[in-house]
Amino acid sequence: MAVQRAVLTGKHFMQGDIACAEGAIAAGCRFFAGYPITPATEIAERLARRLVEVDGVYVQMEDELGSMAAVIGASWTGVKAMTATSGPGFSLMQENIGLAAMTETPCVIINAMRGSPSTGQPTRAGQQEIMQARWGSHGDYGVIALAPSSVQEMFDLTIECFNLAETYRVPVFLLADGFIAHLWERVIIPPAEEIKIVNRKKPAVLPVEYLPFKPGENLVPPMACFGEGYRVHVTGLTHGERGYPQTDSPEAQHRLIQRLCEKIRKNADKIVKVRKFLLEDAEVAVVAYGVPSRASLSAVKKAREEGIKAGLLRLLTVWPFPEKEIQKLTRRVEALIVPEMNYGQLVYEVERVAKETPVHFLPKLGEPHNPTEILATIRRAVKK
Amino acid sequence: MTAIEQFEMHPLAKYVRMDRFPHIWCEGCGAGIILNCFLKALSDLDVDMDKLVVVSGIGCIGRISGYINADSFHTTHGRPIALATGVKLANPKLKVVVISGDGDLFAIGGNHFIHAARRNVDITVICSNNFNYGMTGGQFGPTTPLDAYTTTTPYGNIEHPFNLVHLAAAAGSVYVARWTALHVQRLTESINKALQKKGFKFIEVISPCPEIYGRRNKLGKAVDIMNRYKDISRIRHGYDPSKAGITPERIIVGEFVDIEKPTYWELLQKQFFKVQERLKGG
Repeated sequence: MAVQRAVLTGKHFMQGDIACAEGAIAAGCRFFAGYPITPATEIAERLARRLVEVDGVYVQMEDELGSMAAVIGASWTGVKAMTATSGPGFSLMQENIGLAAMTETPCVIINAMRGSPSTGQPTRAGQQEIMQARWGSHGDYGVIALAPSSVQEMFDLTIECFNLAETYRVPVFLLADGFIAHLWERVIIPPAEEIKIVNRKKPAVLPVEYLPFKPGENLVPPMACFGEGYRVHVTGLTHGERGYPQTDSPEAQHRLIQRLCEKIRKNADKIVKVRKFLLEDAEVAVVAYGVPSRASLSAVKKAREEGIKAGLLRLLTVWPFPEKEIQKLTRRVEALIVPEMNYGQLVYEVERVAKETPVHFLPKLGEPHNPTEILATIRRAVKK
Repeated sequence: MTAIEQFEMHPLAKYVRMDRFPHIWCEGCGAGIILNCFLKALSDLDVDMDKLVVVSGIGCIGRISGYINADSFHTTHGRPIALATGVKLANPKLKVVVISGDGDLFAIGGNHFIHAARRNVDITVICSNNFNYGMTGGQFGPTTPLDAYTTTTPYGNIEHPFNLVHLAAAAGSVYVARWTALHVQRLTESINKALQKKGFKFIEVISPCPEIYGRRNKLGKAVDIMNRYKDISRIRHGYDPSKAGITPERIIVGEFVDIEKPTYWELLQKQFFKVQERLKGG
């Protein structure tokens, strides 16, 4: 009998990457395949040491193509599986992220975003793969992406990623960044019984009656795994409910792709999580996710001291995009401010939803925003 | 009795998905022979089909996983070995077999092949080598012989081909064999042996592609290609794989490597044990 030390209940001073690894183990992850890359390497290092303690498997693959493929293979045996990477590796993973989406494989991909494109600035931070997370692989499919802005959230949201992956049978991204990944902060790990864990739904029918891709609750098919006697055929080709290729049928293509998109779109209200600060009477709102939301919060507080009615909408969920929350906001505020550590990505989504409400974009590359520059934009926004 | 009913009486019928037939392969293709030999080996060993996972990549032979009545995965191009590694390590009780083509395993997937062999992951890899990319209409690949004509070598191939058994042996495979599609009995025995052996096993099958590669290189009908295999293949067990490159005059076949080496899983199990002991000791 293995000695289990899965949940390190207690107060810790932890690095973001380590908290992420501990969140994964607490969520039930027992398989990691990856390739070292700054600033996500410490996730791999922690799991190389820790997974063996909980009867899990750490395998270091030859590249990120192989890592993502191995994660999919592991997930189909019923094991919760993940990988962790940064921009260059995330690009290589896109191929099999598409395969995971197409084959409805629950899996978690941590992307500790650094300066991009190409090799960029490995030890700095960025938020430059927001759109790549949504559209990175070819074709139409739905995904879920969460953005942590503290080390505590590296733990909490990693668990949430696994729960969402298991619920919706999709690749789920944790879009962390180099700063949060390497930041050290206090983390509180609750007792195991207080952590909500979701496991994928299994088929309730006999193998002869089972259709592996027939949608069940929330448009998600119950998942039989390899070795359970269901003899499932899984293919990246367009397939019907039986799982067999249907490469010539326009109807099959429409039916499958529609469901892959709609199972996320239709369940968006259940998936989306945001945090609201001082928004009740706000006239101007900052919409932020990840690291910039930290500077945004202090900018909003300073604005309030100056008598400006500012508030903050912090997006924990980036994809599916929290449209309804932005819509609600635009009915109340006169302007929106979007600080991002890129040259314009999620701001396009905000603009799409905000329609007439002015949106002020605040790009920042290579370093996080300073609260004073966000404050300056808040002042400018209310003057107009 | 209808043709389908007759087929159902085939002793290997229970190993295939009858509802998937007819298959997509051309007349004279070696893929059907490989499928037959594989199924025969499963039958001879009475393999538990609920504990078998067949993984394939992209290409003509890649469709094989969809015909076998077991859990199976038809992956992205070049990735079956990496995906199979995940399956095997996450559930070592499963028997995992990769069946794919020369282009899939050695061009786009070459990196995964050498590293899985190096790790000695406990999987069997069967490569159908037909010397070209058949599914896309016959382009040259990593095994296409020098001077051969394909749609992308209209003046003849100027790239030196891989000697797959040498590559597999050098990368660390514990079992390396090569047969042609003519050697049905020996190929079946080889698969049978590989399925019982632990570690990374590799079997290359020289497979006729009369419709595409054969036509362009004037190799004749499938039966002519098979006759040619008969004329030029030489069985040489234990032959130095580095000297077993395929030439127009000679195909060395046989078992090149058959050694014992701890598998990835066995070494990992030792670590599990060590760490668990340490944790118990506080």
